[in-house]
Amino acid sequence: MTERRFADGALVRVRDLPVKGHMRTPSYVRGRQGRIEGCQGSFPNPEERAYGSDGLPARSLYHVRFRQRDLWPAYAGLAADSLSLDLFEHWLEPAHGT
Amino acid sequence: MAHDHDHPHPTRADHRSHAWERREAAIRSLLIEKGLLTADAIRAKIEEWEQKTPALGARIVARAWSDPAFEARLLADANAAAAELGIEARGVKIVALKNTPRLHHLVVCTLCSCYPRALLGLPPAWYKAPAYRSRAVSEPRAVLAEFGTRLPPETEVKVVDSTADCRYLVLPLRPAGTEGWSEDRLAAIVGRDAMIGVALAQATRA
Repeated sequence: MTERRFADGALVRVRDLPVKGHMRTPSYVRGRQGRIEGCQGSFPNPEERAYGSDGLPARSLYHVRFRQRDLWPAYAGLAADSLSLDLFEHWLEPAHGT
Repeated sequence: MAHDHDHPHPTRADHRSHAWERREAAIRSLLIEKGLLTADAIRAKIEEWEQKTPALGARIVARAWSDPAFEARLLADANAAAAELGIEARGVKIVALKNTPRLHHLVVCTLCSCYPRALLGLPPAWYKAPAYRSRAVSEPRAVLAEFGTRLPPETEVKVVDSTADCRYLVLPLRPAGTEGWSEDRLAAIVGRDAMIGVALAQATRA
């Protein structure tokens, strides 16, 4: 198991990396701030694995939760509504805020 | 015979294969030609996947409703819990999401069509459609309403986008009025859509 950089509960921002091709970070979370809910383990990097490499070393894959209102300014729903998804560690950077 | 009648014919686009279809056919024939795969192996794999149905997931849900210790194991490790019931779910990590009266989960894959196929079979066409994939994340409550799903106003909605190496199975809320039901009877009211999160399990189904 690869060593984790982010602990559960940590506030993170999704980086907007110039990765082309097969990557698993949807555009709607880039630049957005969320909180680490857990770590799913470590997995080969799909951005490399899709093109013939083994994708190793494996990267930590985090389950990150966002407030819907932080993703969609016009979100119609409860303030508590949220969205979560799995993001690889190299797409995350520490964030500070509420 | 003159072709001057006015009944509709399919347009050329209906017949033309897409570039990706031609590419798939070319790769497939190369793999067979090189002896890496056989046509029968491809056929058998398609048959295997098409035989998996949401009944597998429903058995898991029914057991979880009936046995709190199993539910705890399911939430901790869904692949191992499926294996306890003889359901093979190897290869990809599956995570069960427990619905409660206060929290409802809705699963989507915005990037493609990731789906817990080992437990639910192949995804429905709408799950792969751009409309569901884009709207489920940004207006989940409107999507739920269009599926006829009404949640109590205070229930929080959590959308889970299966973006990477995990697949998600919703553990629906057990409906009232099902106390004392057998696991088989419970499994019969657990529909595919309730395990995706676009519907609720209802005691009146089936």
